[in-house]
Amino acid sequence: MSTPQPLASLPQSGALAIEHLTISYLRRDRALPVLTDVSFHIEPGEAYGLVGESGCGKTTVAMAVMCYLPANARIEAGRIRLQEVDLTTAGEAQLRSLRGNRMAMVYQDAGSALNPSLTIGRQIAEVYRFHGGLDAAAATDAAAAMLETVQIADPARMLRRYPHELSGGQQQRVMFAMALATNPDLLVLDEPTTGLDTTVEAEVLDLVARLRSKFSASILFISHNLGIVARMCERVGVLYAGRLIEEGPSREIFSDPRHPYTLGLTRCVPNRIMRKDANRLDPIPGSLPPLGLAVQGCVYAPRCPIARARCREEDPPAFISGPRRVSRCFYHDEVPSIPQSAEALPSSPANGASEGDLLRVERLSKRYGAGANQVVALDDVSIELEAGEVLGLVGESGSGKSTLAKCVVGLLDASGGEIDFAGRKLARLADWREPQLRRKLQMVFQNPDTTLNPSHTARRILTRAARLLSAGGSAVDRERRVTSLAAAVQLRPHHLDLKPSFLSGGLKQRVAIARAFAGSPALVLCDEPTSALDVSVQATILNLLVDLQTKQRVAYLFISHDLGVVRYLADRIAVMYLGQIIEIGPAQEVFSPPHHPYTEALLSAMPAIDESQGPRIKLSGTMPNPANPPSGCRFHTRCPRFLGDICRERNPPWQEDREGHRYRCHIAPADLGPAQREATSSPAGDNNRPRAETSP
Amino acid sequence: MPAPLPAERPGEILDAGLKSASELSGLASGRAREVLRALWRSKTFVIGAAIVLFWVLDAIFWPLFVPYDPEGLVSPATLQPPSAEHLFGTDDLGRDIFSRTLAGARPTLTVAPLATAIGVAGGILVGLFTGFYRGLADDIAMRVVDALLAFPLIIIAVLVISILGPSITNVILVIGIVFTPIVARTVRSAVLVERQREYVAAARLLGNSDLYIMFVEILPNITGPIAVEITIRLGYAIFTSATLSFLALGIQQPSPDWGLTISIGRVFLQTAPSEVLFPAAALATLIVGVNLIADGLRQVLEE
Repeated sequence: MSTPQPLASLPQSGALAIEHLTISYLRRDRALPVLTDVSFHIEPGEAYGLVGESGCGKTTVAMAVMCYLPANARIEAGRIRLQEVDLTTAGEAQLRSLRGNRMAMVYQDAGSALNPSLTIGRQIAEVYRFHGGLDAAAATDAAAAMLETVQIADPARMLRRYPHELSGGQQQRVMFAMALATNPDLLVLDEPTTGLDTTVEAEVLDLVARLRSKFSASILFISHNLGIVARMCERVGVLYAGRLIEEGPSREIFSDPRHPYTLGLTRCVPNRIMRKDANRLDPIPGSLPPLGLAVQGCVYAPRCPIARARCREEDPPAFISGPRRVSRCFYHDEVPSIPQSAEALPSSPANGASEGDLLRVERLSKRYGAGANQVVALDDVSIELEAGEVLGLVGESGSGKSTLAKCVVGLLDASGGEIDFAGRKLARLADWREPQLRRKLQMVFQNPDTTLNPSHTARRILTRAARLLSAGGSAVDRERRVTSLAAAVQLRPHHLDLKPSFLSGGLKQRVAIARAFAGSPALVLCDEPTSALDVSVQATILNLLVDLQTKQRVAYLFISHDLGVVRYLADRIAVMYLGQIIEIGPAQEVFSPPHHPYTEALLSAMPAIDESQGPRIKLSGTMPNPANPPSGCRFHTRCPRFLGDICRERNPPWQEDREGHRYRCHIAPADLGPAQREATSSPAGDNNRPRAETSP
Repeated sequence: MPAPLPAERPGEILDAGLKSASELSGLASGRAREVLRALWRSKTFVIGAAIVLFWVLDAIFWPLFVPYDPEGLVSPATLQPPSAEHLFGTDDLGRDIFSRTLAGARPTLTVAPLATAIGVAGGILVGLFTGFYRGLADDIAMRVVDALLAFPLIIIAVLVISILGPSITNVILVIGIVFTPIVARTVRSAVLVERQREYVAAARLLGNSDLYIMFVEILPNITGPIAVEITIRLGYAIFTSATLSFLALGIQQPSPDWGLTISIGRVFLQTAPSEVLFPAAALATLIVGVNLIADGLRQVLEE
């Protein structure tokens, strides 16, 4: 099994075949290789997933297939065949016809891919007119029919709308309608659900699965999310630094990886049973080699736990590592026995012994505007948080998570309610609060690119924080404080003298965390601190946050849309919907029935690589306009367990389940629990793991 | 005090974030150096800079080059066309037009930069405060700006100078004050973008004063639009000061100022065009040069 086998010996037929593709970008007269000798093929009707972290070359593959490479890209070697046509040598006219009729692409950001000044109907009809040769009336009818196919309600009305009148999920459906209008042989999906909320993402993925039984297209599915690829694709290729380092059936490749990088990717994401007090996340050490760096030997060797001298000298060829499986690793046989490198935490965070509430938020509300246009961003929100506790805050975008955090920290002026912190009533805005209270309450922001002042070095940022947050002290004390802060977040001394533009996202976020910890805070609000980071970097940041929490007994209010991260990190969880807390309780209680139907839907929308899922709880429609929230229970318009008039008319009461766990619903725990347990244990539904079907 | 944590793999994970080895050489001055290199590659900027540099050197060193005293009556023959003796001819009083054209750069390049400096300084102050605080003061200030912008700049300048009386100081002050709201508007819109960024929120949570946030956190990040605005304003200042001289509201006789010379010479335009032609050409090249710099700068900074 260890004898090198050239990849070309694998069957190379199929709808799309990429052979030894090598692409460089020219930058200042230098050719920087972005793809090196990438070969794979997609069978007719097959869904092939391409995964890897950002910068690995996934989008370059998509652009090369569509022949949309930027002007400074150069195909150095290799061929891309769409059935019998070689795309690398095809002329512009032939490409134009191929793009419309034989291959189509759905982009990540549907909002910018649609023309904002043309109606949806016109944009879809255009495809039929130019590529299908239909006249205007027939094209409009075809467009309406296609909107029906992608499950948009009331297609006739939708045709007259403009892109900005549609929600993100609807826009993405329209993109699918345009892409499928010509019944292409190949559909390229480049992160089609990134940026959508989990429940919307689940709907779009269900749609893709359903469309596959209707259309015969092969699919190239590009995503950084292993769970989604595992669910959607039959086979998966893993890209690392422009090389296809592993390939195989999606079921096997994530459960039994044969390349250390694939293994690293699967291990750095928290799975369903991992908890911060029992397991450390296992980040991939090091980082992606910079673009164009000439690497001798295996590109992954500098980060690989089993690299040996040979790996640093020879570039590993493609090995057949199993039936239909390929791995570019000399020691692919040893991969399954690589131990978890991260040890469990030395001491688990002290819980239990209650010292009273650190934070009490009572009946907090935040309203914008007045009269008919008034938007209620926070409605009667009450939470409490103990010292050293992690409260996870989840909910879709627009649910008020960030507004709550900003009101607590004093960046937004709450319209009503009270915030008590460490036994003192807090003024509404940070500027009005006493310095010693402000110091104990800090925040880590979402976007690593704007969280640090681009004009200041990391040292200057931390020195300023040390000066303002650690009371008193000389310049020497501050310098010592900065050094120890940098050490606590694992920043090297030389990083301190760099401006943010020279730091990677992960390092920037570490500086931001160090800044928040400069005054030994009691509570740090984390607003999606890892959502802009790659999974391996996310793992180091999450480990760092857990370590700081254990050592300094700091409490977190941790906002995330990623339920996997929240489950790993949080002691208690609060779920928000349309400005209200609808469920709150210990993490395990919230994640297991009985829980609010919305929580149930969020959980079932979670893509996971580690287990097959039960039937999906579908939410109908999109989140209602917060300026005009539904009467009665705010969730009744989308609720899968809708009872009837009572939900429409009456505000639901808090239902107490076990101690500390409560949710807002008309259904009592005694009824809801059994119903939900039954739903999760019933056999897998039709949309689970779609099979390829070729329609005649 | 937090103790250093054990790194998962000391050395490797810590070096993770640097973008690339080659980028490390630039370090702190990286962005500035990149901009300079891009400017050097921009033909627009280089040509504009060469023209302006020529006139700046001329304004400083003209006494070394001029063949005659620019204000002296050096020739009995007035209104002569260009000749070997007088390269650009002579004016209505028998002064050497070549010497006067070279010397005329100095008053223009004194008034315009000083006026621009006043306008930019005032504009930064007003823009930072209104953009940072928003609210009623911002609304009022911006309506005043709207009102000011509704009048042509030159009408306001003429009005004020006719009240205060013509003098170089008054010209500088008037142009500077008229520019203030225009610059303020540009600065304000840049501040509005920056103040939404998370680093400003973080600075506030640390307890920085508003002044610190405005001048130390925000100001360094809006230097790009300010630099573009400075060059654009400089072009307008040159033009406006020449116009005021032309209207006899600025620099007075016997200065060789271009606007003034054009104003005097226009009477003889039919018979002896030299007296208008050469100073006008000089003025035009300077304004074009400044605008080329502004264009080049904008292209590079907006990349």
